[in-house]
Amino acid sequence: MTNLPLWADLLISFVIVLGASFAFIGSLGLLRLPDFMARLHAPTKSTTLGVGGVIIGSMLYFSITDSLSLHELLIAIFLFLTAPISAHLLAKAGLHLELELTRNTQDLRKKPEQYSDKDS
Amino acid sequence: MSKFIPAPWWSLFLLGFWLLLQNKVSFGTLLLGLILAILIPMYTLRARDYRTTLHKPLLAVQYFFILLADIIVSNFNIAAIILTPRKRIQPALIEFPLDISGSVPITILASTISLTPGTISAELGRDGRSLLIHGLNVQDPEATVQQIKHRYERRLKEIFQC
Repeated sequence: MTNLPLWADLLISFVIVLGASFAFIGSLGLLRLPDFMARLHAPTKSTTLGVGGVIIGSMLYFSITDSLSLHELLIAIFLFLTAPISAHLLAKAGLHLELELTRNTQDLRKKPEQYSDKDS
Repeated sequence: MSKFIPAPWWSLFLLGFWLLLQNKVSFGTLLLGLILAILIPMYTLRARDYRTTLHKPLLAVQYFFILLADIIVSNFNIAAIILTPRKRIQPALIEFPLDISGSVPITILASTISLTPGTISAELGRDGRSLLIHGLNVQDPEATVQQIKHRYERRLKEIFQC
């Protein structure tokens, strides 16, 4: 174990706890939100800051104890690339399977056939 | 551009990527990274069936930081919605008419929509002229569309000139 200065200890703990809280809130959102589409919002958004916090914590820890460490940034790059795409694909699947949405969803599609795989 | 560096931004990205993977900068890693950053685009360029030019690189950097700030805001936003007990949310499916064209700019816009507060892109219209957006809590659909247009699409249009 290496000894960290107090400020580093506090800072690193803070970002890691922040990240973990967001990851937890994201999972909680899966449980609490009303329908499939709404549930998608929670993990795609909260994970970015959730993982981000942990990554920043790791970068700070290894930069302070060892030498400058930035390769955790790659995780963030991959996450930024993959999170919206997986969300898009899940939303698309939900849309085409016509999963039931909560009652107060406003459907503002003017041309629904544009987003359906049925031949009109 | 030149024959040896057909896609300069891509080469730069690969070099940065390589240095991050190695997690240190030394003569050896830099040299190997440079060789890879030149060879990989040369070899794989034929496989790319789209051409995209970054016309305003500085604006792209600005766009990235705006996006980063919005992602953080969006995280707090969604956390507030999840943690508020029994808050009534008003989800909506909104059509977003696209002004930009080209697969790369549209992909970036769709990803941006998914990462920013309260919206997820769900489907691209068959004719490629509109996106279907699911909003988690939409009071005014028109305002949502206008905000995305103003904040992101306008900038992307300028960056890629499409």
